[in-house]
Amino acid sequence: MTARTTEPSLRTAEAIRETVRGFILSSITITQLRDDDDLFDSGIVNSLFAVQLMTFIEKRFGIEVGMDDLDIAHFKSVNATTAFVLGKNGRQSSA
Amino acid sequence: MDFKRIGVLGAGNIGIGVVTDLVLHGISAVAVDISEDILKRAQAAVLNNVRCVPLLSKTLPRITKDEAMQRMVLTTDLRDVASCDFIFENVTEDWDVKKPVYENLERVAPPDVCFGANTSCISITQIASATQRPANVVGIHLMNPVHLKPTVEVIRGFHTSDRTVGTLLQLFSLLNKEAIIVQDMPGFVSNRISHLFMNEAAFVLQDNVATAEKIDMIFKKCFGHKMGPLETADLIGLDTVMRSLDVLYESFQDPKYRCCPLLRQLVHAGHLGRKTGKGFHVYPEV
Repeated sequence: MTARTTEPSLRTAEAIRETVRGFILSSITITQLRDDDDLFDSGIVNSLFAVQLMTFIEKRFGIEVGMDDLDIAHFKSVNATTAFVLGKNGRQSSA
Repeated sequence: MDFKRIGVLGAGNIGIGVVTDLVLHGISAVAVDISEDILKRAQAAVLNNVRCVPLLSKTLPRITKDEAMQRMVLTTDLRDVASCDFIFENVTEDWDVKKPVYENLERVAPPDVCFGANTSCISITQIASATQRPANVVGIHLMNPVHLKPTVEVIRGFHTSDRTVGTLLQLFSLLNKEAIIVQDMPGFVSNRISHLFMNEAAFVLQDNVATAEKIDMIFKKCFGHKMGPLETADLIGLDTVMRSLDVLYESFQDPKYRCCPLLRQLVHAGHLGRKTGKGFHVYPEV
């Protein structure tokens, strides 16, 4: 797993959260999405969406998701994905 | 029977899934398509599928990129399947495309090799008629994404032998797939019914009864389906759905299979579903 360059404006927890939330909401039509809603258990999306979300965060945040990171739990909600991106960037969530 | 190498004709969505499934289970695949570009895209898609397995399945084998590469041959030369123990055919759902493929395959493959014809709607008996070995042709209706689906609709053509069905079941057992065997009629069970759902959902959208999101939501939330009919059509590819409806219409001469004009318009506009980023739904570029 190799960290690539991330735009400084995308390094804060809130910026990451907003970006992740924006991507999810642009992909599905729902009226409400709470940051801790489980996307997969709730049936909002099927598990194939995890691949789309993973590909998006790799490109958007310049991180590489390694074999050991391939756990759907990392992508199950806005909060989980934000925490995962922060972890990959070596930062603690300030949320 | 020993399955060392399996031929996969057609490296589109289904072909990619078949190759993925084979290499994951330690079986070598020879994938054939008409251009290097298609094969390059297919190889990238197979490697991405292999990589994402831990994300999507608890039970499928985990393999490395190198292992996948070693088990995959990509070629534009049909003669490269001559040494294969079984051949999956997944080319475009169009008789004018499939027929010459079988005629050429007949000349290349040893006479005892069985062909698994993967088709959405075309009769297996009709496909077998393009070969000199109709007893060795069996229908397979694989679902997307192939490597994640544990069950396959298998179709016995008019001449399909027990040996051919047995060979296929043996191969499927190596892939941990269960087969549901049905008789041959265009569309079989799954597509004869599912395409009516997808087509009528397109008519409902065209008639402004509900948005695409609401139509799919009703199937998911009220009927408990994993996906709605329009999402499913987008996943299959609207061009494939349209062609399948045309085959059903032609085969049964029944107007209930007439393709919805909106569906046909989207195909002509190049909005083919997930693979082009737009269909009944829009898929964000990632």
